[in-house]
Amino acid sequence: MADMPMLKVIVFQLTDKEYAIPVSEVKGIEKLHPITRIPRTSPFVKGVINLRGVVTPIIDLRLRLGLEEEEYGDHTRLIIVMAEDKEVGLIVDAANDVMDIPLEAIEPPPEIIGSTTAEYISGVAKLEKRLLIMINLESIVDTEK
Amino acid sequence: MEINQYLEVFIEESKEHLQACNMNLLELEKNPSDLLIVNEIFRSAHTLKGMSATMGYEDLASLTHQMENVLDEIRNGNLIVTPEILDIVFLAVDHLEEMVESIASGGDGKLDVTATVEKLHRIETGNQDDGSFEETAAAVAEAPPFAKDGCPSYEFDEFERTVIRQSKEQGFEAYNVQVSLRQDCLLKAARVYMVFEVFEQSGEVIKSLPSVDKLEEEQFDSDFTVILLSTENKEEIKRKLLNVAEVENVEINSILLLEDFPEKTETSDEEKKASELSDSSGSADKSEDKKGMKPLNSNKTIRVNIERLDILMNLFEELVIDRGRLEQISRDLSNSELNETVEHMSRISGDLQNIILNMRMVPVETVFNRFPRMIRQLARDLNKKIKLEITGADTELDRTVIDEIGDPLVHLLRNSVDHGIETPEIRAANGKEEEGTVVLRAYHSGNHVFIEIEDDGAGINRDRVLKKAVSKGILSEEAGEALTDKQVYELLFSSGFSTAEQISDISGRGVGLDVVKNTIESLGGEISIESTEHKGTIFSVQLPLTLSIISVMLIETGKEKFAIPLSSIIETAIIKKAEILNAHDQKVIDFRGKVVPLLFMKEIFQVPGKEDENKNVCSVLIVRKGEKMAGLVVDSFIGQQEVVLKPLGNYLTNVFAISGATILGDGQVALIVDCNALIK
Repeated sequence: MADMPMLKVIVFQLTDKEYAIPVSEVKGIEKLHPITRIPRTSPFVKGVINLRGVVTPIIDLRLRLGLEEEEYGDHTRLIIVMAEDKEVGLIVDAANDVMDIPLEAIEPPPEIIGSTTAEYISGVAKLEKRLLIMINLESIVDTEK
Repeated sequence: MEINQYLEVFIEESKEHLQACNMNLLELEKNPSDLLIVNEIFRSAHTLKGMSATMGYEDLASLTHQMENVLDEIRNGNLIVTPEILDIVFLAVDHLEEMVESIASGGDGKLDVTATVEKLHRIETGNQDDGSFEETAAAVAEAPPFAKDGCPSYEFDEFERTVIRQSKEQGFEAYNVQVSLRQDCLLKAARVYMVFEVFEQSGEVIKSLPSVDKLEEEQFDSDFTVILLSTENKEEIKRKLLNVAEVENVEINSILLLEDFPEKTETSDEEKKASELSDSSGSADKSEDKKGMKPLNSNKTIRVNIERLDILMNLFEELVIDRGRLEQISRDLSNSELNETVEHMSRISGDLQNIILNMRMVPVETVFNRFPRMIRQLARDLNKKIKLEITGADTELDRTVIDEIGDPLVHLLRNSVDHGIETPEIRAANGKEEEGTVVLRAYHSGNHVFIEIEDDGAGINRDRVLKKAVSKGILSEEAGEALTDKQVYELLFSSGFSTAEQISDISGRGVGLDVVKNTIESLGGEISIESTEHKGTIFSVQLPLTLSIISVMLIETGKEKFAIPLSSIIETAIIKKAEILNAHDQKVIDFRGKVVPLLFMKEIFQVPGKEDENKNVCSVLIVRKGEKMAGLVVDSFIGQQEVVLKPLGNYLTNVFAISGATILGDGQVALIVDCNALIK
């Protein structure tokens, strides 16, 4: 086990599924800040927050992935990520864990995984009892899509 | 060696050296026989060669090396500067710039420069195609060996002789100074340093024996000799030197050059030309020389990474936000001691703000200095004769503005050269000087910096502009008739407009001027045109001093707060609902005799919340874009405030009518409205 190449990831929750982002792309996890709405943008762009002096855009990941919107609660978190040169905060239902997963446990995404969301998924990690969906951040922050 | 660490410094310095090369080459073109300039270029090239070789950029090093060889030949008088040679050297510098650019953008700085190297090599060996070279070489070969003068222990090379000669013309005296330290002197290098301090106060050292490096390493016995240029007399210098501890003896002799004796006139043709030239070339030239002569300015500077300044600025911005919050709290509490402290803090942070903003100020020179080269090239490509005059290059602007202003200015200058200045034939036929003049002027005025580009060319032909605009479908013929001249000139900024009959690659692709206008407006600036037909045109660009901190009016609509830059607000007004009129489906008001369309903030920004039906007045901001006005209807005014402009980040680009954001005293983000986008 020890000499297997590992990937450290942040595990978070949306609806009843668990997702993961490599730690290297995460800049921090924050509680919900007051959000300033930005008019005339996509519905999943919730607005901007003041993150210690830096104005940071916020994306509702549920809406971005085509899931149902839900009221934010006590467990709602902002995962601040840096993808390409874009810094954004992702709203998730809860941040669950930081863990090491063996690289070989990650498989390419299954061909049919609910059509539209497929492009946002870079793979699936099968662990003993958990299934982690690996998020493709580049396509999440791609403003063309 | 960890290369990356040095890469940034390398790129920065290479750019500086190349810039220096460019400027000096242009200077050399004007004064082809001024060897001082050649030496400047040589020095830049030499440093560049050393640096690039150290960093492992071989192409860069080899091209610089070849260029250096040519310069060396010129410096030693084996080559005469001709426009052809300069062209090739310019070409080499272009290649060098390209390579440095490639390195800066992460490339390997490789470029096929064999052709240029070959050309340089041909010059160096004198094998140019035309025969003019042999002549030059022959003339030089006849030049007599260097004269022995007052100081037999010295061999002056051509360059040093020129320096001495020119400085003598300006009243400097050349001295041969021999300094002896005491035999038991322990810290010789320290004494040398002190002695050189004295020299630098009195004048300039042009040569030392042993060399300065050796002196610093204490590789000398107890005495050394220098050649000093100074306006002070011998005794004074001697007295000063003897004041330095452990200096035992000082001997000073004046140096007489060969030319000082009238009977010995066997100088080469070239040299004669050189001295004639420097005699005749007026006061401007002399002051240039003096600049080179002046002992180094004692103002100490340090190089700071811009990132660090940005961090400092960011931290300070945080402080400004807290300051706003504190001011608010102290007002609410009205405790006199607290008030006093907060007021004091506000004043200090105000000063601090000025200093930090000033630190980020850069002279426009950094943008301007690439223009002489560009104009020279353009003039050649277009077969025009053009003189570029630059004034106010030391005017300072915030770095954020400087970074953005380069391209628009390039467009405007190209426009002036291409469309403004006529060909020499036409100019002569119209009774103008063949050489056209383009003036690039920068100056401060109030809270703004103005940059003007003036040419003495053909000016703008109203009818041609109108005809073009009509043919492009920008406006109808009837509408055109009614326009004032100024409005007609404004048409040049509409997109898809180009008056040049022929499309050249200089300008005239029709994307130029409207892009320029947009860029300048996005910087919070303005651009205007003045023109007189047959006399010339002035483009005037007005820019804010800084983009980081701006004055805004905070307003509230629904539950949201927005900031509107004061620069686009004409005034605020409270109007009765009854005063709102309907013109077609557009609501308008009669404001001081003008019909002003109303824009409802709530609708434009889709602000949630219902209209308060009971209110019978509304708050209106009269905003403008150029000549056009609009009334922006908001719920209430909060007040005027200085805020720090923050970008929305790389993810949110192109948000409609929002130019950025700011953080308010309570930590909330407020969006800054771009009024230019609201008014069509």
